[in-house]
Amino acid sequence: MESTSRAPLLSVTDLCVSYGKVEALHHVSLQVLPGQIVTVIGPNGAGKTTLLAAIMGVLPFARGEITFGGETAGGHIEIEQMVARGMTLVPEKRELFGEMSVEDNLLLGAFMRRRLGFRDERQTLEKVYGIFPRLKERRRQMAGTLSGGERQMLAVGRALMAQPKLLMLDEPSLGLAPLIVREIFRVVTDLAAMGVAILLVEQNARAALQIADYGYVLETGEIALEGPSDQLEDDPKVIESYLGLGRK
Amino acid sequence: MDLQIALLLGQDGIVTGAIYALLALALVLVFAVTRVIFIPQGEFVAYGALTLAGIQSGQTPGTIWLLLALGIAVTAVDAPASLRAGRGRLLRLVASQLVYPIVIIALLLGGSPRNWPLLLQVLLALAVVVPLGPQLYRLVYQPIAEATVLVLLIASVALHLTLVGLGLLFFGAEGSRTPAFSEASFDLGALTVSGQSLWVIAASLFLIVALYFFFEKSLYGKALRATAVNRAGARLMGISTTLAGRLTFLLAAAIGALSGILIAPITTVYYDTGFLIGLKGFVGAIIGGLASYPVAAAGAVLVGLLESFSSFWASAFKEVIVFTLIIPVLLWRSLTTRHVEEEE
Repeated sequence: MESTSRAPLLSVTDLCVSYGKVEALHHVSLQVLPGQIVTVIGPNGAGKTTLLAAIMGVLPFARGEITFGGETAGGHIEIEQMVARGMTLVPEKRELFGEMSVEDNLLLGAFMRRRLGFRDERQTLEKVYGIFPRLKERRRQMAGTLSGGERQMLAVGRALMAQPKLLMLDEPSLGLAPLIVREIFRVVTDLAAMGVAILLVEQNARAALQIADYGYVLETGEIALEGPSDQLEDDPKVIESYLGLGRK
Repeated sequence: MDLQIALLLGQDGIVTGAIYALLALALVLVFAVTRVIFIPQGEFVAYGALTLAGIQSGQTPGTIWLLLALGIAVTAVDAPASLRAGRGRLLRLVASQLVYPIVIIALLLGGSPRNWPLLLQVLLALAVVVPLGPQLYRLVYQPIAEATVLVLLIASVALHLTLVGLGLLFFGAEGSRTPAFSEASFDLGALTVSGQSLWVIAASLFLIVALYFFFEKSLYGKALRATAVNRAGARLMGISTTLAGRLTFLLAAAIGALSGILIAPITTVYYDTGFLIGLKGFVGAIIGGLASYPVAAAGAVLVGLLESFSSFWASAFKEVIVFTLIIPVLLWRSLTTRHVEEEE
């Protein structure tokens, strides 16, 4: 690998986020390289969703720096700027436009690209339909009438419409049947192979570590452990706390 | 009452109902996207009508000074952020908020628009009044965009009172009526339909269809719907609340000003006429639960008809009858719809 392509796409340094007086994240640092799958695992309430919200600009942060695509921001980031630079977030609640059709949801995913002057949303739409043929079958249907798995596909598909450099996924497996989780994770792996960097937040640590290149363990707002994911998979603490028994 | 009178009242009701329908659509739109109950909607009606009347009578409509003053204020507020965002953004700000009002003022003062054809006069009146919408959004609502519906409503009341006061200052206490777009009239059996009535109905229908296509087919229309459906989701797509708010207020101001221009030949418009017209649009919007566009439009036409017929039977009570309609509607809505807590 050339060193230039290995410069981090996203680097978070010393990030602190508070809700009022309660500090939810303490001095968190992490990096994502282009085309890499990085996962953040940890228990409920560890601050995983908060971390993604701060990186995206949904939440302001008290301390630290976030560098994305070579530009650094401290304090408060504008979501629109992050979207324009190639970052997208698939939130835990999906946040679909329920009373609009599947296709309109997808086309809105390309809103920022259109504003920036790109006119390629139809081609991207066909690519997304290629990845999730189910969405094509349902394209005239209202997003609110989809099943849980289809909603997650739509949320991911909508994020892909922005042709992101970095795709952040918050608990994509939450509440989904194992078969659909496998499909979503397969898509994530394929995307990374095409050069999209992935930041994956998951409670399903086993599945996440299997596809990830690198992992961080977030506990009560701090990075407790980090390393290449195959090392984390063998770490006794990780096995005890997150993988449990029955590991092959 | 014989058939001829009924037809006449019906025609009258449909014409005013069409205007109320436009205003009801604007109110539903503004509420859905920004959660603002836009009481000053009616002021745009009066400003549109009276600015056109001023242009036609050769007086300088005071609204152009408001356009300039708000432009200066917006420039002052937005300059720091625009500077940080780069020179292009600053240039656009200065061009839209300072250069544009000055050009419009120069046209009005130096171009003797009194002698222009009607269409150009209408366009000039719109060019003065419509930008006030996004300017007022920037100055009044954007700083409190995340506030509760109640706070936004209080701001609306304050803005309404301010605009009515400014209207008195700009246009005086006397009303104005503009010449009809068309002097033609058509005899349909027992009924005589004036050209202006047809203009109002045709323009309203055209606007409603145009709005439909804007929201169903265009990306920006879809972006506004997306913001109304799910603000958090829309922001993640890069649709900023600010952009959606300004675009919405642009549409609301355009609908208001056009409505005023359409009714100015039918009824004498005073500086405070807009409020009552806006409120009747609001009754229509309430019938649609501030959410359904077709029901709001139908409700507004019903308000127009009710007003027209009650002015025949009990003209002293016509406003009372129209606004009393809101009580059974509210009862029916509160009994039939599930109450949804406001999302924070």
